[in-house]
Amino acid sequence: MKDKLMLWLICILSALTAVPLFAILGEVLLRGYDQLSWSFFTEPTPTAYRAMKAIQAGEPIPGGIANGIVGTMIMLGMAVVFAVPIGILCGAYLAENPKRRFAKVVSYLTDMLQGTPSVIIGIITYIWVVVPMKGYSAIAGSVALFIMMLPLIIRSTEETIKILPASLKEAGLALGGNRARVMLRVQLPAAFGGIFTGVLLAISRVIGETAPLMFTALGCSFVRFAVDKPISAVPLLIWEFFNDPNLQELIWGASLFLLLFVLTLNITAKYLAKKWNQ
Amino acid sequence: MNDKIYKIILFAAALVIPIVCGGVVYALVTDAYEAFDHFGFISFLTSSEWSYTDGDEHYGALPFITGTLMTTFLALLFCIPFSLPVALFVGEYFKGTKVAAVLSTVTDLLAGIPSIIYGLWGFYTLRPIIMELDISPQGSGILTASLVLAIMIVPYAASLSAEFIKMVPNDLKEGAYSLGATRAEVIRRVVFPVAGSGIFSSFVLAVGRALGETMTVTMLIGNTNTMPDSITSTGNSMASIIANQFGEASDLRLSSLIAIGLILFLITAVINLVGKMMIKRARIS
Amino acid sequence: MESIKPILEFNKTCVSYTKQTMAVKYVSATIDRNTITAIMGPSGCGKSTLLRAVNLMHNLYPNIRVDGEILLNGENILSMEPIDVRRRVGMVFQRPAPFPTMSISENVLAGYTLNGINLPKNERDATIERCLKSVALWDEVKDVLNKKGTFLSGGQQQRLCIARALAMKPDVLLMDEPTSALDPIATKHIEELLQELQKEVTILIVTHNMGQAMRISSKSMFMYLGELVEYGDTAMMFSNPADERTKAYLTGKMG
Repeated sequence: MKDKLMLWLICILSALTAVPLFAILGEVLLRGYDQLSWSFFTEPTPTAYRAMKAIQAGEPIPGGIANGIVGTMIMLGMAVVFAVPIGILCGAYLAENPKRRFAKVVSYLTDMLQGTPSVIIGIITYIWVVVPMKGYSAIAGSVALFIMMLPLIIRSTEETIKILPASLKEAGLALGGNRARVMLRVQLPAAFGGIFTGVLLAISRVIGETAPLMFTALGCSFVRFAVDKPISAVPLLIWEFFNDPNLQELIWGASLFLLLFVLTLNITAKYLAKKWNQ
Repeated sequence: MNDKIYKIILFAAALVIPIVCGGVVYALVTDAYEAFDHFGFISFLTSSEWSYTDGDEHYGALPFITGTLMTTFLALLFCIPFSLPVALFVGEYFKGTKVAAVLSTVTDLLAGIPSIIYGLWGFYTLRPIIMELDISPQGSGILTASLVLAIMIVPYAASLSAEFIKMVPNDLKEGAYSLGATRAEVIRRVVFPVAGSGIFSSFVLAVGRALGETMTVTMLIGNTNTMPDSITSTGNSMASIIANQFGEASDLRLSSLIAIGLILFLITAVINLVGKMMIKRARIS
Repeated sequence: MESIKPILEFNKTCVSYTKQTMAVKYVSATIDRNTITAIMGPSGCGKSTLLRAVNLMHNLYPNIRVDGEILLNGENILSMEPIDVRRRVGMVFQRPAPFPTMSISENVLAGYTLNGINLPKNERDATIERCLKSVALWDEVKDVLNKKGTFLSGGQQQRLCIARALAMKPDVLLMDEPTSALDPIATKHIEELLQELQKEVTILIVTHNMGQAMRISSKSMFMYLGELVEYGDTAMMFSNPADERTKAYLTGKMG
C-alpha cells in the first residue's frame, strides 16, 4: 500500500518535471511561429523608429535577425577553430599522463573553469581583450566563447580516449609506431565519435550564452563581417528585444530560432553518441 | 615527429588551462583592488549601501551576496522534491526501460535550454501567475527567480543522482528484499545510505550552477540594489548586478563590480571543487 | 656471421613492478632461429610479463623496471630505441584488436603508416597480398579489402592482426595467448598457420593450453612465480619433466 503510494508520488513528480520543457517549447513555438519568414533570416534588426512607425500603422514589424545570425556564426566559428585543436591536445595530454601531478592540477583547473559563471568569463574577456583593444569586438566575443568551450572539449576528449581499450594503443606501439602517430592514426580516429559529440554539445552550450557577450561583442544593428568591431549575436538580440518596448514582437521569433538550433544540436549529438557506441 | 616534440606539444596545450585560470585570478584581483582598497575588504563585504551619485559614491556587496544566497538556497529547496523522484524513476524504479530513457532525454533537453529563454518564459508566463496569486504585486522578485532557477538545476541534480542510484549493488537490495523489506524501505535503508554521498555531491554541483546563473535571475529578480527583506521582495544577485551595471560603469563602480565578480568566482570555485572531489570519492567507494 | 649468433637471448632478465615485487626473476635462455617456443605456467607466473619485455612494452609504464639483458641478434634491446625494437619484434595480443577505424588493407599496412613510411602503390598491393596470403586470409577478404576489419569473425580478425605484424617483416613474433578468445576451429587454423610461419619468423608464444604447446612448439619454457623453472624440448618436457613443479603443472595439480 505504502509502496504503491510512493510509486505514484514518484511518477507524478517526475511527470511534473517534464512540464516546463513542454510549456517553454509550446509558448515559444506558438508565439514565435508566425514571425518566422524568409525576411526574418535575411534582414537585420529594424531601428526603434521604424518599428514604432510600423506599430502605429498597425503593420508587422519589418526586419529580422540576420545581423545576429551572422555575428553568432562568426564568433562561434573563430572560437571553434581554436578551442577544438587545443581542447583535443589538452584532453590527450590528460588521458596520456593520468598519474602526473601537473595533469591532476590541470584536471582540477578544468573543472573549475567549467564551473565558472559565464558572467565572469565576460568580465575577464573585457579586461583582457576589450580594454587593450580599446573597443568591443567580435574577437572579444569569440575569446569568451573559446574559454567556455575549452573545458567541455577537454573533458569529452579525455574521457573518450580513456575508455578506448588499452590493446588499441599497445597494438599500435607494438608495430613500432611512435606515440604521436599512434595517437593521430589510431587513438584519435577511434575516439572521433566521442570527441565530435563533445564538440557539438560544447557548441550547443555556448551558442545561447548572453551575459559574456554583453561586455565583449556588445551588439550591432546591421550585418557586419569585420572581426575588430562590435557585432551582434542571436542571444544578444533577444536581450535587446526584451528591453526595447518597440521590438518586443521580435522576441519570440528569435527565441524560437535559438531554441530549435540548440535542441537540434543536442538531439543530434545524443543520437550520434548512441549510434557510434554500438 | 618524434616523441619529444609530441610530448612538448601536448604539454603546451595543457599549459593553456593553468594560464587561463591564473589570468582569471590575476585580472580579477588587480582590477578589484581599487574597490577593496577604497572601502576596506571587510566593510565592502558587509556594507549594504550601493549608491553611485557623483561625489557620494558608496558600494557594498552585502545586498547582492544576500540575494545570491537567498535565490540559490530557495532554488535548492524547490529542486529537491523534483530531482530526487526523477533520479529514483530513472535509476531505480524504471531503470533501463524506455520510459526512463524518455525522461532522461527530457531532462537533458531542459538542461540545454539557454538561460535567456528560461528568463523570457519566467517573465511572460510565471510572473503573471505570481501576480495573479497575489504573492507579490510586481511579480518579479527573489521567489520568482528562484522558482525558474530550480527548474534549471533539476536536470543536473537528477541525472547525477540517478547515476549514483544506479550503481547501488543489486545484491545489497536483494538482501534487504529477502528479509521482507518493502521497496520504500529498501530505498530508505539501502539505496539512500549507499548512494547518499553521491546524491549529496550532485546537489552541491547543482548549487554551484545556481550561484552563477545570470540572465534568468537578471530578468526576474526585479533589480533593486537594497537589502531584500523577504523572499517575495525584489533584489539583485551578484551575477545580476554585474549584468545590469557592468556596461555603464567606470572607475570605482567598475572596480566594485569586478570585486563582486571575484567574490562570486571564489565561492563557485570552492563549491565546484568540493563537489567534484566528493563525486570522485563517491565513485571510488 | 649473423646466423651464428642466436636470434634471441635472455640474460638474467628481471622485470619488477615495484621495488619489492619482482614479476620475472633472473631468466636466462637462448631461443633458436625459426622455431616456435611456448611459454607456459600458471596465471601470474610472469610469462606475459617476460614476453612483453621483448618488445619493450614495459617502457610505456614508468614504474616498471627491466634489468639484465635481452639480446636480439647479439644486441641488447634494453639499450635500443623502443621504436626500432618494435619494428623488428612483432606482437599479437590475446584479444584480436584490428584498428577499428581502418580498412582491412589499411590494417595490414598500419605498421608502415604508423612509422611514417609511404610505400609505392605496387609495393603496397604486393605487401597486402603477401601478408594476407601467408595468414590464409587472402581468399576470404580479397574482395572486401576496403571494408573495416571489425566485420570479420574473431579468428579472421586475429589472422589479420598476425598479417599486420608480418607486414613489417619482423625477426621475432611475440604472441600472448593468441587463441584464448577464439573457438576451437579458429584455433586450429591459427595453429596450422604458425607451423607454416616458423619458416620465416621466430615465434615466442605464451599459452595456457598445454595441448597447444605440445602440438605446435619445438621448445617449451615453464615459469613459476617469476622464475624460469625448466626450458627444453617440448616432447622431452612433457614426457619427462625434470622439475617437480613442472610435473605438478603438467599433470594438472597446479594452476
